[in-house]
Amino acid sequence: MINVIIDGIKVSAPDNASILQAAELAGVKVPTLCYHPDQAIKANCRVCVCEVEGLPLLQAACSTPIRDGMVIRTNTPAVIEARRTILQLILAHHPQDCLNCIRNKNCELQALAEQYAIRENPFELMVRGLPRDTSTPSIVRDPDKCILCRRCEYACSEFQSVNALGLENRGNHAMIVPSLGKDLLESPCVMCGQCIHACPVGAIHENEEIDEFLAAVADPDKIVVTQMAPAVRVAIGEEVGMATGDMDMNVLVTALRQIGFDYVLHTNFTADLTILEEGNELLKRVKEGGKLPMFTSCSPGWINFCETYYPDLLDNLSTCKSPQQMFGALVKTYWAEKMGVDPSKIYSVSIMPCTAKKFEAARPEMNSSGYRDVDLVLTTRELGRLFRMTGLDFSRIAPGKFDSWMGAYTGAAVIFGATGGVMEAALRTVYEVVTGNELKDVNFTFARGMEGIKEAEIDLNGLKVRVAIAHGLANARKVMDQVRAGESPYHFIEIMACPGGCIGGGGQPITKSNAKRAERIEGIYKEDEGLLLRKSHENPEVIQIYEEFLHEPLGHKSHELLHTHYHDKNKKFL
Amino acid sequence: MAEFKEIIMPFKNTPGGIIQAFHAVQKKINYLPENAIIDAAEVFGIPVKEAYGVATFYSYFSIKPRGKYIIRICESAPCHVAGAAEIIASLERELGIKIGETTGDGKFTMELTECVGQCQATPVITINGKPYAGVTPQQVAEILAEYE
Amino acid sequence: MAEELRLVLKNFGKINPLKVEDYLSAGGYKSLEKARSMNPLEVVEVMKKSGLRGRGGAGFNTGQKWFFAHNIQADEKFVVCNADEGEPGTYKDRIIMENDPHIVLEGMAICGHAIGATQGYIYCRGEYPGVVDTLNTAIAQAKEKGLLGDFNIEVRMGAGAYVCGEETALIESIEGNRGEPRFRPPYPPVAGLWQKPTIVNNVETFANVAQIIEKGAEWFAGIGAKSFPGTKVLTLTGDINKKIFIEVPTDTTIKEVVFGFGGGIPDGKKFKAVQIGGTSGGFIPEEFIETTIDFDSMRKIEATLGSGAVFVIDETRDIVDVVTRIAKFFEHESCGKCAPCREGTMRVHLLMDRINDGKGSQADVALLKKLSRVMASACLCGLGQAAPTPVVTTINHFGMDYHAKVQ
Repeated sequence: MINVIIDGIKVSAPDNASILQAAELAGVKVPTLCYHPDQAIKANCRVCVCEVEGLPLLQAACSTPIRDGMVIRTNTPAVIEARRTILQLILAHHPQDCLNCIRNKNCELQALAEQYAIRENPFELMVRGLPRDTSTPSIVRDPDKCILCRRCEYACSEFQSVNALGLENRGNHAMIVPSLGKDLLESPCVMCGQCIHACPVGAIHENEEIDEFLAAVADPDKIVVTQMAPAVRVAIGEEVGMATGDMDMNVLVTALRQIGFDYVLHTNFTADLTILEEGNELLKRVKEGGKLPMFTSCSPGWINFCETYYPDLLDNLSTCKSPQQMFGALVKTYWAEKMGVDPSKIYSVSIMPCTAKKFEAARPEMNSSGYRDVDLVLTTRELGRLFRMTGLDFSRIAPGKFDSWMGAYTGAAVIFGATGGVMEAALRTVYEVVTGNELKDVNFTFARGMEGIKEAEIDLNGLKVRVAIAHGLANARKVMDQVRAGESPYHFIEIMACPGGCIGGGGQPITKSNAKRAERIEGIYKEDEGLLLRKSHENPEVIQIYEEFLHEPLGHKSHELLHTHYHDKNKKFL
Repeated sequence: MAEFKEIIMPFKNTPGGIIQAFHAVQKKINYLPENAIIDAAEVFGIPVKEAYGVATFYSYFSIKPRGKYIIRICESAPCHVAGAAEIIASLERELGIKIGETTGDGKFTMELTECVGQCQATPVITINGKPYAGVTPQQVAEILAEYE
Repeated sequence: MAEELRLVLKNFGKINPLKVEDYLSAGGYKSLEKARSMNPLEVVEVMKKSGLRGRGGAGFNTGQKWFFAHNIQADEKFVVCNADEGEPGTYKDRIIMENDPHIVLEGMAICGHAIGATQGYIYCRGEYPGVVDTLNTAIAQAKEKGLLGDFNIEVRMGAGAYVCGEETALIESIEGNRGEPRFRPPYPPVAGLWQKPTIVNNVETFANVAQIIEKGAEWFAGIGAKSFPGTKVLTLTGDINKKIFIEVPTDTTIKEVVFGFGGGIPDGKKFKAVQIGGTSGGFIPEEFIETTIDFDSMRKIEATLGSGAVFVIDETRDIVDVVTRIAKFFEHESCGKCAPCREGTMRVHLLMDRINDGKGSQADVALLKKLSRVMASACLCGLGQAAPTPVVTTINHFGMDYHAKVQ
């Protein structure tokens, strides 16, 4: 431990601590902008500069290591002048449309401008007037708002190894751009949206489609049906002033009806269905010598990544559609039939923690119902806006119930929302299918937690299955390189594009740290534990759909509606 | 495409050699076409966005086509006070193009540069790296004639 | 009148730079041999005692710097020669390398021995293709004769980025990256090129090494100014009769440089100011021209010795116009990594342009002063920190010129 004095406060901090970390221990809050708790230090915004006794220049708190006896001052006139001037410089190059900005009230630059009482700016406003990049259905880039902190670039390259975003030019002309200065769609972008979480301002955000939703609700001819992914519940509370994980599922059902949905169903239903299809697919591949290891296919960012970077391994992907798309295909066939409604009138809206889901729903092959299977994808953040718009008071809402035939689910579906969840859910079912015995303890704890790559060997009555779980595409890349080299020891690999799995998805409430992701994961397992049914094959509505409609996993109907194929994206540059 | 790889390959085992490889490409065609950047990224095993970031950082590299001869006029302070502006005016008159443009026949491109370290006589211009120090507006036509 | 003292330029005009034999017969590579007969720490100690300070601008004690790298255990260390001479008005490194390349190679090899490095790089600016050829010829000849022993030197050519003169940006550029400075610590002697201990010294610094080993620390320490001993190569530009390069002891005064060696101002005009050390140096008015050029004396008058560029302007010059031009230089050369430099250099240029066009106000001048203060203290690297110096020093010393231009 090292002793330093910060603003007159004596504090002991670890030997390798920065001034910023030591200040936090001393209870002194130093402002930051380019700093990100899970990323390497960049020290480029200079907003965190402080005075250090004996040094002539101001020192960046984030990058300067403490030394024994260091005397640091974080709020001298020179420091305040520097911070305010730097903020003014940045603001003079930034659009002043906070009122209309998608990050209004959730913007680090706006917060600092407020904190430092920036009223007038002596520097003339000069906004570049660059065009917005709306090339993808998932993500919009607004380069005028970029403040060059480089956090998105780091997220894209280091967390995700996607390498879609990089620097162009230098000095005042420097910009963050998709590779080669092209638009996002042409770049290797997989639309995972991790850049959105990294961005402190509104320079990159989801393609907001609230207007489309409101128009559908206003149309009396439309039957507006929703499905909602398991990761949404644990995070949506953050959007309406509740603690992570605190939103009650049944209250949420009522709230969804309040904002205009005619029927509230659940993606969890098709998550359970996925386990039956995918579990059987795995067993078939193992028994019949099919392509192994088999990769899960629920995460559309991951599918985009595989189609972009590993087109030679597309046959290893499970042919199962994601739960969202299975739901889409069934709601306009099976459910329409059960309800006796005209499928052409159904407007199918999914609520997802994910930006890549918007792209997935728009894939031309996703129309096996005869219509576009999923008409609209809203992210958790967009749902939060709709809730706020309607002024719902969640403390007074009476709990409601999911509608029938595609609303029932088990704990196995709930855990799809966290890294390792699909694996654990699959094992719960596969174990019982293969061994014929009841699984006493359904908790496969090896699969849980934020570790980048997890693995295990499961003994199913002598059939040894080796499995691995990776989340975050940089971790996926490690596992994939092993497969490509022919050195993968695994039969089954779960991959989720986003750190922490779907709870850390690009459409979730803006998440600056992995600590927040871990909180949401906790909420997921708590929900699973509280449910009576925790194995997908015990879902009564799933049993019913096989009896009445699908007949058997991997059967003819399943192939038609629940399975898909993949394409080499043939990217010209990576 | 194969042609760029041939130029770039000799630098493959030079750590950090992409800048040297880009110099070699530009020696051939005076700019860095997209395919040269993509090829360089592949040869050096780095993402294209990194190679692009390097190609657009250095003022000697251009990702836009340029003429056969690149005329660079120094505008740093010593050349500025020695009348660099008059040399620019004279060149613009002779060539019928402005700074940053290329002549219609693809022969000359005019660029501004900072000090090229030939300040024993000012102002200074360079043509494809060859320095001309202490240039007067009257000499401009004569110098250009060397490249006819 | 003071006289030139040619030490780093001792072979200038006397040897054929493309013939290693010439360098050898002038006593070349004897110092390397001598150094190699010494314990590396002894070499470091000699350098420290000589008082040689970096000739690139920062003025850090060379031996002390070497000591840091010497002291660290590492599987690999590097010696890097900064030949990215980009300061406008400076060409002294070119003169040294063009005329006596081996003196630089020998200095680098001695450094390699002292710190335990076997690989050296010369990062030469892209504007000097001829120098790159000369250096490569010299390296090949020295190798052929086995003069460098196990020490290898590779020449890398820059590609037009002033910021690469900053040592960590230079390191990034050798690594094949954008030439963006790193934050410090860690400093290069601890973690530099490919994160290995690395000594980056200027061409002129390395050119001083062999003679110090040959003649001893005391000899060197006795030349010129006490706290900044030795000589300095200067390049004279602007409104001066003799646009020449000279090498003088560091206790020479500015007046002797401008009016003695430089022959004063042409056409009988009066001296207005001199900017020393390159484009980031302060402008010095007449009242300070008795100052000696050494690092610390210059510091005292809020000026720098820097690279040794001496840019003189006469009474007829519009100093606001000159500084406006300099402001454009920094906007163009900022790497764009840190916010105060990226945005600040652009704003300084904009404000200077406005004032220069007669559209500025006193408030603009005050804003320039504040912005300069912030940039000087908060920017990530020396470029942004030094960029406002010409602005501040001219506002301070030639405030009337600004006053005359503002509304």
